[in-house]
Amino acid sequence: MALTDNNTERRPRGPLFPQWIKTTAMTLSSIAVTLLGLLFITFIIGRVMPIDPVLAIVGERASQSTYDAVYLELGLDKPLIVQFLYYIWDVIHLDFGISLLNARPVAEDIARVFPATLELATLGIIIGIVLGVPLGVLAAVRKGSWIDQVARVLALVGYSMPIFWLGLMGLLVFYGILGWVGGPGRVGIFYVDVVPSVTGLILVDAALDGNWDVFKDAFSHIILPASLLGYFSLAYISRMTRSFMLEQLSAEYVTTARVKGMSEWDVVWKHAFKNIRVQLITVIALSYANLLEGSVLTEIIFSWPGIGSYITTALLSADMNAVLGGTVVVGLIFILLNIFSDLLYKVFDPRAK
Amino acid sequence: MAEHYLRAWLLTDTPTSRRHAKMSALYQGWLSFRSNTMAMIGLIILLLLVLIAAAAPLISPHDPFVQDLGNRLAPLGTPGHIFGTDSLGRDILSRLIYGARITLYIVALVALIAPVVGLLVGTVSGYVGGWVDVVLMRITDIFLAFPRLVLALAFVAALGAGIENAVLAISLTAWPPYARIARAETLTIRSSDYISAIQLQGAGALRIITKHIWPLCISSLIVRVTLDMAGIILAAAGLGFLGLGAQPPSPEWGAMISEGRRFILDHWWVATMPGLAIFTVSLAFNLLGDGLRDVLDPKAGE
Repeated sequence: MALTDNNTERRPRGPLFPQWIKTTAMTLSSIAVTLLGLLFITFIIGRVMPIDPVLAIVGERASQSTYDAVYLELGLDKPLIVQFLYYIWDVIHLDFGISLLNARPVAEDIARVFPATLELATLGIIIGIVLGVPLGVLAAVRKGSWIDQVARVLALVGYSMPIFWLGLMGLLVFYGILGWVGGPGRVGIFYVDVVPSVTGLILVDAALDGNWDVFKDAFSHIILPASLLGYFSLAYISRMTRSFMLEQLSAEYVTTARVKGMSEWDVVWKHAFKNIRVQLITVIALSYANLLEGSVLTEIIFSWPGIGSYITTALLSADMNAVLGGTVVVGLIFILLNIFSDLLYKVFDPRAK
Repeated sequence: MAEHYLRAWLLTDTPTSRRHAKMSALYQGWLSFRSNTMAMIGLIILLLLVLIAAAAPLISPHDPFVQDLGNRLAPLGTPGHIFGTDSLGRDILSRLIYGARITLYIVALVALIAPVVGLLVGTVSGYVGGWVDVVLMRITDIFLAFPRLVLALAFVAALGAGIENAVLAISLTAWPPYARIARAETLTIRSSDYISAIQLQGAGALRIITKHIWPLCISSLIVRVTLDMAGIILAAAGLGFLGLGAQPPSPEWGAMISEGRRFILDHWWVATMPGLAIFTVSLAFNLLGDGLRDVLDPKAGE
């Protein structure tokens, strides 16, 4: 921000609006347009599907008058643009319609399943950061060494491996053969609903309740799928960390620091690493968004009752309200994380100006 | 001797014709590509895959669809069924071989649709500029901001399951990065002198875009497509795994994993073999893509 102020001072007369207002307005409008686009696409998908939304509600044997009543109630007689405005209105009020499967509001269902996905993806990204960042830094510092090669192979395999297959293999080895971890699901059958649900995150709930048996059991269930997601984010995070670090390490200030006789540890962590923090957080936000998506297939494999399982179950039973509601929520979070990482970059990295 | 001459002709630094220069550039690219062992491994795996897919009826030991319920879930190494049989007694090796056709079919279709759409949008956006650029890039951003798999899921849900719809869904989510690349290339090319020269000669926008801008965008697009292939294979396998891609009894690899999933603890090979196949092919595409990037676009390498 300081840079902009200097610029305006030099001019004889400042512009009508300060730069930051313009930037904020631009950003906000671009967020609004992107969100509108998201809703437009889900709206269109909801319209082109071959399933008649009225029939799906009233059933095949309803009379014509019932059919017509529901038809009018859904607003299907209005022009498309009006229907779209209704749709936006509903989504703003968190109304995604009624699930055709269990006749409950989709928004409620999503609120119920979402914490499971959040818990899984968060633990996954923590694993990815804790292992991926040091690996990337090491690979950059010891460029060309065996550790660099290991990091390279790990990433390459991560990019090429079907996540659902690796999950199956993990279950086979660590659950089926070795018996080290709990099987599919969030907790063992004896621990279901033992602790009161406060946050919806089982690990947190169990800890709050002081019930360490449940905590241990839940941990043994979550560790495998979370490590799986962690591995895939590690592949990306370590590659990006490596290339950011390489760029810093070849800079002149690093040479200067080394010539001054600074220890290698201080050069790497106090100088070079400090300068890649903003870029790194951007990368982490992006890979967190990707994890939300990657969790769809992982949840299926591990029978994890999260939003991915919810969307796919709804898909297979043609419950379109649930599918689109889930898509909007995942898309929304994805877009917001993207924007967050963009903003972070713009605010903290003066070079991006 | 003839070989020697050919080599000298290809490596000359004073080409005598346009074609000569082109061939020479290609050959030098090939030489540098050939020295990249990993990329060559990738290329060889993919060539093998194409051969296997083409010769599927000749080399597969059994019919991939014939069931043999007396011989179901035979383990690895069973005589006549090296990779065992699945829950309906079908030979897994034969199904993998025929599945290569489906994988190549999906990859080829997506590789045709997505980059072409991206190229069109990107070059028009970059060349025309103004509000066209703003609108097109906004649309691109919206698609880019979407979670790809979830969007593909929603599309397939609306269109109905099946290979063609899976291809369409994947393409719809895959084109935006190509549009971005093509636009960036167009912006740099547009301001160059030779474009102004052609404009002065009276060439129209259509001619400039198709004859002078597209050819220069191709190489960076090819690199990107090759690197994306692995992701496309994984996405297609994921859709197949969810039951939204190829439908049974089609031997699509993702669908085969999904089928083998039910017996994973007792009959692990049923799901393991197709997974290895997917892994090998997408790894090959990644290796090839890395190598191509080094040859065609040395700036992007680390």
